[in-house]
Amino acid sequence: MNNRTIIFQIGSFIAYILIQVIFLRNVVLFDRAFCFIYIGFLLFLPVETNRPLLMVMGFLAGLLVDIFYDSLGIHAAACVLIMFVRNLWLNLLTPQGGFDPGVIPSLRLNGLRWFVMYVTPLIVLHHAALFFAEAFGFHMFGFTMTKVLMSSLFTLVAIVIAQILFYTTRKGL
Amino acid sequence: MQRLFLFLYHYRAFIIFLFLEILCLWLIVQNNTYQGASFFNSSNRLVGGLMQTSGSISDYFRLGEVNETLAEENARLRRELSQMEQSVIGLDLTRLKDYEFLNKYDFIAAEVINNSTRRATNYITINRGSQDGIKPNMAVIDDYGVVGQVKVVSKRFAVITSILHTNVRVSSRLRRTGDLCTTQWDGVDGDKAKIEFLPRHVSPQVGDTIVTSGYNAIFPEDIPVGIISEINLEENSLWYDITIDLSADMNALSYVYLIKNNLKIEQDSLEISAGAQVINE
Repeated sequence: MNNRTIIFQIGSFIAYILIQVIFLRNVVLFDRAFCFIYIGFLLFLPVETNRPLLMVMGFLAGLLVDIFYDSLGIHAAACVLIMFVRNLWLNLLTPQGGFDPGVIPSLRLNGLRWFVMYVTPLIVLHHAALFFAEAFGFHMFGFTMTKVLMSSLFTLVAIVIAQILFYTTRKGL
Repeated sequence: MQRLFLFLYHYRAFIIFLFLEILCLWLIVQNNTYQGASFFNSSNRLVGGLMQTSGSISDYFRLGEVNETLAEENARLRRELSQMEQSVIGLDLTRLKDYEFLNKYDFIAAEVINNSTRRATNYITINRGSQDGIKPNMAVIDDYGVVGQVKVVSKRFAVITSILHTNVRVSSRLRRTGDLCTTQWDGVDGDKAKIEFLPRHVSPQVGDTIVTSGYNAIFPEDIPVGIISEINLEENSLWYDITIDLSADMNALSYVYLIKNNLKIEQDSLEISAGAQVINE
């Protein structure tokens, strides 16, 4: 990682967290669908970042969001979980010839289909861990599950829009 | 020894994963204990400050609504004052001279700077803290009814456990008959709550008002909690299954009142010395 990517990652970390805690904290659709766009930051860290570092980043991002949501530990636990499986999942989806070093697993890399394939299971896993930890168990399974699915869809759409808006512009420059 | 280190190094990712998850679990449990004062919540200065700034911007969009509720409350207070003046003739004079009893409850107004209603555990942050005389466990109400109970206090901010929290129970009473029950939120709808432990010999009706019982020293007596909207009685259950519409509009909270019970210490110490345990929290 050179200095430019580090500065870019720090900038995007601040941007994602601020957008999450200031705006999206107040956005809920149909009483069920929440948007947790901040996990986009974790999903789009460079491919070769090692797993311990990924998990520590996940823990820090989750903890920061938790402080604003007054739900200490819940987001952090969900983020550490997806950061644990992220690279395993990426290895399964490796395109022929492997990734170039320093590349970001974004929409630009391999097109929309690959991108959705990569992001969706991690989002669903994160949201499932989050909402079941919040409900503290599996009672009200159906209600929590609708929350998980609707929120996953919402977050997925938000992340794809963010990708189209911010990550693809550099191509044109 | 070397093999041990090799083993640890080989599984370092999994070990760090376990360590972090256990740390998270510890934080969750720590935070769930009812009175756990912790640093990491929205009552800390930086987070509270940021929320106040963003809240003060969105406040402008609600000014009309807030004005309306304040005017409504003014009208209601005026009406109650005149009713009081009318009925003062029949008052008990010994009670009237007992100033400590008359000033039993103190009200502190506070502005809500952060509120959530759609999670399983909801909290409210307000812009008053220990420097304004706020202490943990104080009761919180709004113009219409019960809102919650103070959880953590910092110098300038306080976090309230909302009544929309699956662990919060409020000791309540059916106003018409006087029977005791408990209000608890089931975690689904932010406008509704459940009534528990209302025995089957009572006959509640849709439209009955549920109020606080005043049996614990937190909420004063007779503050509205909600109105019964649905009653079910299973064939062989001991209690009714009742749903109420909450009186307080939890989605549109803007100002709340904190109730300070000046005689709380006296009541609590008397109950403890008498060996009575407040089970019905």
